[in-house]
Amino acid sequence: MEIGLNHYLVLSTILFAIGLVGVMRRKNLLMLFFATEILLNAVNISFAAISHYYGDLTGQMFVFFVIAIAASEVAVGLGLLIVWHKKHNNIDLDNMSTMRG
Amino acid sequence: MFEAIAFYLFAFLTIAMFYIAVTTSQALYALSSLAAGMIFISAFFFILGADFLGAIQIVVYSGAVMALYAFGMMFFDTTRDVKEKQGNKAIIIGLSVISAALVVLIVAAPIVGNNIEALYPITEGAGNTQEVGMVLFTKYLVPFEVAAVMLLVAMIAGIVLAGKKMDLSLTLMNEAEIMLMKEEDKKVLS
Repeated sequence: MEIGLNHYLVLSTILFAIGLVGVMRRKNLLMLFFATEILLNAVNISFAAISHYYGDLTGQMFVFFVIAIAASEVAVGLGLLIVWHKKHNNIDLDNMSTMRG
Repeated sequence: MFEAIAFYLFAFLTIAMFYIAVTTSQALYALSSLAAGMIFISAFFFILGADFLGAIQIVVYSGAVMALYAFGMMFFDTTRDVKEKQGNKAIIIGLSVISAALVVLIVAAPIVGNNIEALYPITEGAGNTQEVGMVLFTKYLVPFEVAAVMLLVAMIAGIVLAGKKMDLSLTLMNEAEIMLMKEEDKKVLS
């Protein structure tokens, strides 16, 4: 039984769907960040798999840069979250509708 | 054969861990299952021959990002249960699956159509780390430097946002001073 590119793409789809379910049903912003990490990792798997099956290193380079971006996103996002928590004492998404007009 | 066993084992483990991470109502369970899922994902990188990325995945995600989340969780009240949105579950799951399949279709369509060629083919007789280094420091040197500047910007932003009042120590202050500081915070932020 040979594992091909399609296996990895299907796995990536499943993980991406799990991440999207998390983004849609979570109200807590910290949990929302976890779901975005799952999304990024699902895409990373498909990049690495395509890179392997076509003998091209560009996919691995993209995974490298995606990981760098995810790390900086976490740093800035958590900083903003701490500032918000100091001010409002919660991190629920429903309370962030002050720009509703 | 062993590749198939490893693939299915780690696929099952990763899906189970991420499913727990998005469905549990305990923040600590979500954090630990997410960390476990990240380590299992690095197994896919090792199976695919991308050893460098597997090591990076463990170091950056399971080490740095998870530690950052753990520190962040200390600031928040994570002992209470997480409230969930009350929505139609069928619509949420249906929309997620459709959009995920759409994304994979968009990425995979040119590949299935055999329209891509290897721009930077894997060289013979070099390890994965060596290959990554050769491509990264020739063709992708400018994006690499930009990524370094971006990480510096993110670090400064993190210090500025979260590091206010780092020169004060709450354990060395008495209650009245702490209350006074909280009042000042509210004035500044609101």
